Amino acid sequence: MSDITIEGLTIRLGLGAQARRILDDVSFKVRSGESFGLVGESGSGKSTILKCIGLLLTTWEGRIEIGGQPVREAKRKARCRDVQMVFQDPYGSLHPRHSIRTTLAEPLRIHGLDREAERMERAMVDVGLPVDFLDRYPHELSGGQRQRVAIARALVLEPSVLLLDEPTSALDVSVQAEVLNLLAKLRAERGLTYLLVSHDLAVVDHMCDQFAIMLQGRIVEILDRAAIPGNAAAHPYSRELIGASLAYERAA
Amino acid sequence: MTAIPMHSSAPPRRLAGLRSGADYLGTVLRHLAGNPSSAFGLVVILALIVMAAFAPLIATADPYAQDLGAALQPPSWAHFFGTDEVGRDVFSRLVYGARITLTIIALVGVIVGPIGLAVGTVAGYFGGWFDTALMRITDIFLSFPGLILSLAFVAALGAGLENAIVAIALTSWPPIARLARAETLTLRGADYVSAAKMQGASAARIIWKQIVPMCLPSVLTRLTLSLATVILTAAGLGFLGLGAQPPLPEWGAMIAIGRRYMLESWWLVAFPGGAILCVSLAFNLIGDGLRDALDPKQRKGRH
Repeated sequence: MSDITIEGLTIRLGLGAQARRILDDVSFKVRSGESFGLVGESGSGKSTILKCIGLLLTTWEGRIEIGGQPVREAKRKARCRDVQMVFQDPYGSLHPRHSIRTTLAEPLRIHGLDREAERMERAMVDVGLPVDFLDRYPHELSGGQRQRVAIARALVLEPSVLLLDEPTSALDVSVQAEVLNLLAKLRAERGLTYLLVSHDLAVVDHMCDQFAIMLQGRIVEILDRAAIPGNAAAHPYSRELIGASLAYERAA
Repeated sequence: MTAIPMHSSAPPRRLAGLRSGADYLGTVLRHLAGNPSSAFGLVVILALIVMAAFAPLIATADPYAQDLGAALQPPSWAHFFGTDEVGRDVFSRLVYGARITLTIIALVGVIVGPIGLAVGTVAGYFGGWFDTALMRITDIFLSFPGLILSLAFVAALGAGLENAIVAIALTSWPPIARLARAETLTLRGADYVSAAKMQGASAARIIWKQIVPMCLPSVLTRLTLSLATVILTAAGLGFLGLGAQPPLPEWGAMIAIGRRYMLESWWLVAFPGGAILCVSLAFNLIGDGLRDALDPKQRKGRH
């Protein structure tokens, strides 16, 4: 079970009257096995939510539960086996001096898992990379291949929740589709729960069942994917965003 | 958008030297040897090591054997670098002195590198009051001139080679800690560090596996450069009579004794002085070369 429940998630910066709310009372639910998108302009707090869930940020108030258990109370290792993250920039998310083998072996060693070689090879096959790439270094791979390695690294612990922080925005357009298809395939095979951050509505349309539109740290509206084609949003900002995206698609 | 196309073929393997540690070392050494100034440094250090290792074979006389009848002889075929005030062969003393210099360099390097790296990365990674406390201690050490602080430590610990090494080590770690901290501050926000956190890695593991490998090149460069200063400080302590004690053939101590006879017998001061200059210069040049070799960005810019 890996439902995600977020209630009243708030981050304040500053004190008293001058306090700024980076996240303001964010609440939503993602059912187990579902794919949920977070859309919004830069600085609207999309990625910050992922960081809060992964406890990369700890200064938040509110409640985040995964599978009914608050993330702050979960044991570190159990939580990490359950929730993994794929970062935006595949050039910055792989350690430049670690071979792919080292990169994939690290999480296995941290958690003391057996059959290291077998697990690593399976992870490579699962993301569509040849097994002999294990002995390469990140600088010897293309952007798409690096992102596949980053996905393999996230999956090698067999999590049930994957946090995707704009997994394709740093990639070539031609490679974006490959990576998105891979992510969709993996979700279908393993019943993963996705929380996907993107500023590209087309990506969200392709990947997500439901999505939330964010503006200045607040969720403006939560919509079904079905709302995109006919622009069925209620809030003016959402209508504008979806309208712009539809207009762009028609033009393209 | 349904099928997954096969991955494209990998880009060509640049920087193949990064494959393994031994290959990497080979690449760095080749780079050092390819640059005239750092090649000179390498040669001097190699000569120093050879001299230290084979001192009994290279030296022409016993460095402690006195011959008052042959005191203060100028350089000749019998005594390449002349003899000192009690008739000891200066060349042989220089050769044996290489052992002392090398001992100081090696021990100080081995002590200072890990301490500086540990203090710097830990302070940088944890931040907060911990960082402030460690960095203020570092500041205190940095605010004294190295030689003066070493003098104070030696005065407290007592004169002697071992205490000189401890004193020099105590004064040379702060710049390295500073450097390691600065590097750590830029690294700790990197995505691969976040990924390691998400995997549940402990702080110690993140520092050791993710941050230290990235700090190592610049720390190594800085360490090599500060070894040049270490040699000068050691010689300075020896000169002041607080380092190696007579009759040990320490270069600084040799100059201290030779100073009295300097005007008539220049060789007593010139040869040990030249040796100190050469070795100190060599470490500076190697440090410069290492900086180029270990930092690929600069390497591209310079050639």
